[in-house]
Amino acid sequence: MRIAVASGKGGTGKTTVAANLAYVASREGHTVAYLDCDVEEPNGALFLRPAISEREPVHVSIPAVEETKCTNCGLCGVICQYSAIVPIKGKVLLFPELCHGCGGCWLVCGSGALSESRRSTGRLETGNANGIRFLQGILDIGQAMSPPVIRAVKAAAPDADFVVIDAPPGTSCPVIESVRDSDYVLLVTEPTPFGLNDLKLAVEMVRVLGLPFGVVINRAEPSASDTHAWCEYEQIPILAEIPDDRHVAEAYSRGEMVCETLPGYVPLFSELLRRIAASLNATTTTAGRRCAP
Amino acid sequence: MKELVVISGKGGTGKTSIVASFAALAGNAVLADCDVDAADLHLVLEPEIRRREPFSGGKRARIEPGRCNACGKCRELCRFGAVLPDRPRDPSGGRVYRIDPIACEGCGVCAWFCPEQAIVLKEAINGEWFVSDTRHGPMVHAKLGIAEENSGKLVSTVRQEARRIAQTLKRDLILIDGSPGIGCPVIASITGTSLILVVTEPTVSGLHDLDRVTALAKHFAVPAMVCVNKWDLNPELALMTETHALRRGLRVAGRIRYDRGVTQAQVARKSVVEYQRNGCSEDIRSAWEAVRRELDRTPDVSGEGRRAS
Ligand code: SF4
Ligand code: SF4
Repeated sequence: MRIAVASGKGGTGKTTVAANLAYVASREGHTVAYLDCDVEEPNGALFLRPAISEREPVHVSIPAVEETKCTNCGLCGVICQYSAIVPIKGKVLLFPELCHGCGGCWLVCGSGALSESRRSTGRLETGNANGIRFLQGILDIGQAMSPPVIRAVKAAAPDADFVVIDAPPGTSCPVIESVRDSDYVLLVTEPTPFGLNDLKLAVEMVRVLGLPFGVVINRAEPSASDTHAWCEYEQIPILAEIPDDRHVAEAYSRGEMVCETLPGYVPLFSELLRRIAASLNATTTTAGRRCAP
Repeated sequence: MKELVVISGKGGTGKTSIVASFAALAGNAVLADCDVDAADLHLVLEPEIRRREPFSGGKRARIEPGRCNACGKCRELCRFGAVLPDRPRDPSGGRVYRIDPIACEGCGVCAWFCPEQAIVLKEAINGEWFVSDTRHGPMVHAKLGIAEENSGKLVSTVRQEARRIAQTLKRDLILIDGSPGIGCPVIASITGTSLILVVTEPTVSGLHDLDRVTALAKHFAVPAMVCVNKWDLNPELALMTETHALRRGLRVAGRIRYDRGVTQAQVARKSVVEYQRNGCSEDIRSAWEAVRRELDRTPDVSGEGRRAS
């Protein structure tokens, strides 16, 4: 079962939820894999403290240019939709950061001046955190495109009872890439106006993807908030509420696992896990899991 | 003209609340919300929209089912796994293909090589951008469509428009609310600006992210300052963050204490400095002074908006 943990807004406690969920699942005897797909700012390792055993670069395709063979036909510049390759007077200028590696240029080049090559834009690290299989992607500084690194993390995911995916914040392409083939999406939010605004965007996103989802409210106040009212109105299940507890904030600030430092929180996370599994069983039998638009 | 961009590495550090306060303190800046993926500044500044424009960040392919003879060439060539076999068969009983609009990156390779010319590549509408009036000055903001890409290009569009407005109105400061992360929207937010203010929190994650954003600022040669928000949640780490920043050549703009007034101000749709005079508002005011002084030292930015992917 693949559970993606996402949030419209950053800093809502997404990593806390993902890491503790993986922790309790593993403690309950399940096999667990943790995929840190927040490759721009991967933080899962700070909490799970894995021993990294393998590091490999993530490559993307890019053209290699042999200028002497160029006949100046200009076709590469025409097919490239991203202005990543610009042929001018016997010179072929390449802007690697703009290239999507689509292959168009070397396919149209009839003179053999272009061929497929690759470059590295980040790395994939794998290891083990107390029995949890740990994978993280790290985007190189200055690189603009995180989806290829995210794809590499997901492609390397091992089989496990629970695969927990820590997705990047937001609702655009890196998030989609992270959550798209999960079985369930957990949206972490906080009960503030900004939090609610970003939750609405995140909900719109998972609805476009047609994935079953539920909400976790972090830093929850004892009284009901607009977020509660909105979720009720939209019939979105609130699967857990993590209270606004200074001890939790402090444990987080030191990079500690909430469930380890404050074992009183274990039941909250195992109940969350149970509720995800339960609602998943309910949705799979009624509606088809994926209904791409 | 100067451009100040406020970013945070990891989101949720209070960046937008600080930008809103700076807007109130500056008085006559042009505002640009470049956190196009999860824009929140409008919740506080309540912009009155004067102009709205559609945004197209790229193209998207579409297969015309009547012309597809299911040769499978597109599926073989597509590097993004965006060509899917379609479920309903065409009247002749053959299989046809279709494009998954979410996976499609609009490269057009399929359209170029389709022997039946059954694929059209069309400009996709990925979002919208707005020019608005707010009580603290003109504001350019945007909304990226759900599940859309090319937020970097949308950020560049917002920044270009903000520069145009600043020039026309002869305003000497553009205040940019940047996006989280280090990828394309952030790169587009910071390139060519006068100064970056990194808002961080005293946590190990904050420290880790600060490292990555600092490296990014160096990479694009933009001077940066740092400010630790909610510093009193962990004074030790706050100090560590600041020493760390100083060692990396960043100046410290100040510390902001943890204050529940920040959320109350959000609820009241006000910036914190408008909402209350004391508490963290004092800290924000002194951080603003430090940033202002630093800005005076930076050279003016050129009027032309730079492009980034
Ligand atoms: S397609 Fe090949 S031959 Fe034509 S301009 Fe480009 S590199 Fe030169
Ligand atoms: S591989 Fe595609 S994106 Fe890259 S330069 Fe060639 S045509 Fe442009």
